[in-house]
Amino acid sequence: MRETGWPTANFSSDGSSEAFDCAIILSQESACSLHGPKLRQEPGQWQEFQSGRPVPAIQTVQINETPLNGYSTMKSDPGLYDYWPYIDRPKLTWPGGKSIAFWVAPNIENYEMQPPPNPHRMPMPRPVPDVIHYSHRDYGNRVGFWRMAEAMDQYGVRGSVSLNVATLDHHPEVIEACKERDWEFFSHGIYNTRYLYGMNEAQERAYIEDVIASIQKHTGQRVAGSLTPALTHTERSIDLLAEYGFRYVCDLFCDNQPIPLTVSQGRMISVPYSVEMNDFTLFNGPRVTPRRFTDLQKAHFDQLLEEGAEQGAVMCIPTHPFLLGRPFRIDAFAEALEYITGHKEVWVTTGREIADHYMAHYYDDAVAAIAAHNAAYPSPLAKEGAR
Amino acid sequence: MSLPDDYIRYPRRKYGIDNDRYDWSILPRRDPVAWPGGAKIALWVVPVLEYFPLDSPREPFIPPGGMTTPYPDIRAYSLRDYGSRVGAFRVFKALDAQGIKATVAFNARIAQRYPFLMREVTRRGWEVMAHGVDMGKLHHGELEIETERGLVRESVSVLRALSGQDVRGWASPARSESLNTLDLIAAEGIEYVADWVNDDMPYPMKTAAGEIHSMPHTHEISDQHLILHMSHTEKEFTEQVCDQFDTLYREAATQGGRIMTLTIHPWCSGQPHRIKALEAALAHIMGHDGVWSATGAEILDAFRGNADGDRG
Repeated sequence: MRETGWPTANFSSDGSSEAFDCAIILSQESACSLHGPKLRQEPGQWQEFQSGRPVPAIQTVQINETPLNGYSTMKSDPGLYDYWPYIDRPKLTWPGGKSIAFWVAPNIENYEMQPPPNPHRMPMPRPVPDVIHYSHRDYGNRVGFWRMAEAMDQYGVRGSVSLNVATLDHHPEVIEACKERDWEFFSHGIYNTRYLYGMNEAQERAYIEDVIASIQKHTGQRVAGSLTPALTHTERSIDLLAEYGFRYVCDLFCDNQPIPLTVSQGRMISVPYSVEMNDFTLFNGPRVTPRRFTDLQKAHFDQLLEEGAEQGAVMCIPTHPFLLGRPFRIDAFAEALEYITGHKEVWVTTGREIADHYMAHYYDDAVAAIAAHNAAYPSPLAKEGAR
Repeated sequence: MSLPDDYIRYPRRKYGIDNDRYDWSILPRRDPVAWPGGAKIALWVVPVLEYFPLDSPREPFIPPGGMTTPYPDIRAYSLRDYGSRVGAFRVFKALDAQGIKATVAFNARIAQRYPFLMREVTRRGWEVMAHGVDMGKLHHGELEIETERGLVRESVSVLRALSGQDVRGWASPARSESLNTLDLIAAEGIEYVADWVNDDMPYPMKTAAGEIHSMPHTHEISDQHLILHMSHTEKEFTEQVCDQFDTLYREAATQGGRIMTLTIHPWCSGQPHRIKALEAALAHIMGHDGVWSATGAEILDAFRGNADGDRG
């Protein structure tokens, strides 16, 4: 037995996997070092081209110990929203008649050097202290954030901070710099090395109460949005957030517009964040160059712009200061901001402002339109996940 | 499996960094650093000479470039060895052509097996940095402290004896440390460590044997990372090295001297189809005024001189 209590796990280099936010490899370490302390190398698991380039052969995260994360059964559908095709919807328009709401969500994160074990996910690929993966992320607050904030200032972009709440205590200077710029703070958990996997309801409630109280105390803001820490969830996460008065979540990637969510009480919407345009995904999944990062952001924007006469949309660039704030990448980010903010059709805004505008002007229409769609096209399947 | 309640308690949730090795510090709020001759950029080029034994253990992880097929992985072994036999000399020639002074990270085993390589480095007046014993002897959190002390002593003593140099710098194989590594290397008289990638400038670290410095040795601006890990082309490698330099050079105009680090693996950049990509990046950098090519120890001395001046 290892003292860490870490599970056996195969970590993927596929940015589309649910592990994208923390534990996958992102250093010069080859894909081989994705393997956790207890993993045994499988012969043939990695191929190597003649160039010596190791190529990952597995593309999914497998938690061997308990894929159910403590649940006895699994649902086939999260039951959070209804199907609603992206045609013939009521036209969405943003303030000033703009067609695209553009927001940037810097993930201001904290990773512990010696995190406690979670039986469902290993925090870092190597045994503690995983110096390279820890220090790689620590760069964000020491160096990368400041470079990134300067680029955003240059193009008048206010951040919507996806905040590991422990940063309030560890690095108040970073928080002050965000407050001075009138940025929004939304929840991204306490640390990115503390996962929701395995939490019971009392623990999850205590965690949410901590988030609300800490953000209120340090920033004066009543937190409105959430992206769960390292994108780890329980089945109850979004219901609980709604119960505690959160108004939007960033955890769903099924639409280019906000959508109403089915929650047990209150009103909750999904605001489009993105795993596709996320710097973490792009640099660690398809491993794009900085120039390709910019090209993809422009292409994503151009398409939404082209569709803008018919339908409004949201574009988000989620960022990680420890990635985009590097000297060799910062200009790629600045170029994307320059391009997007240079268009008159764009409302440069925050997650909270998008949620507020949508709630006030579109939520009811959307709920009615979804009900009408369901009535017109009833599914013959009993909806397993529906409540 | 449910979680114990202390999973939502956070004993280190307080001001500063969550470890005791160094202080929290914001780069753009530090005093500007001046380099000798008023240089804007200290250029730190670090060729890495690594020996990957065929019988390397595969636990707790395989280092980048390590053995991956069932034993014997002669493919990986011989490809890495290409760097020491062939690639290194192309790389050295490219550095000579630009008048660049390097710090060469040596596995001790390389120095013992290939004395000619050590001579090629020392005759140029380049610096030798300790890079552990070999790539099969990793430092990591599950290593017994006495075993690790033995590895540190072997690496440092062999390299000091064979180079005739003080050997002041240390880079762990695969940049992997245990919680004891910093104490152990400081005890052997090492003055700087090149494993931590959280800063663009040196910063002091605390050890049981006194202060050492972390030198900025980015893992990303490296041929191995960009070309092999990221699968970028050679042209894209050159572009990113140049982009890194251009941003640092621009910032140096207002924020004080910066350090441009470039890590080179001769088994990668020393291939015939790649060497020109390295040459192009070096030509771009050396084509600028105010670039000071220096060893890690020289950069550290200049950096410390700034700090002494500030205190005085």
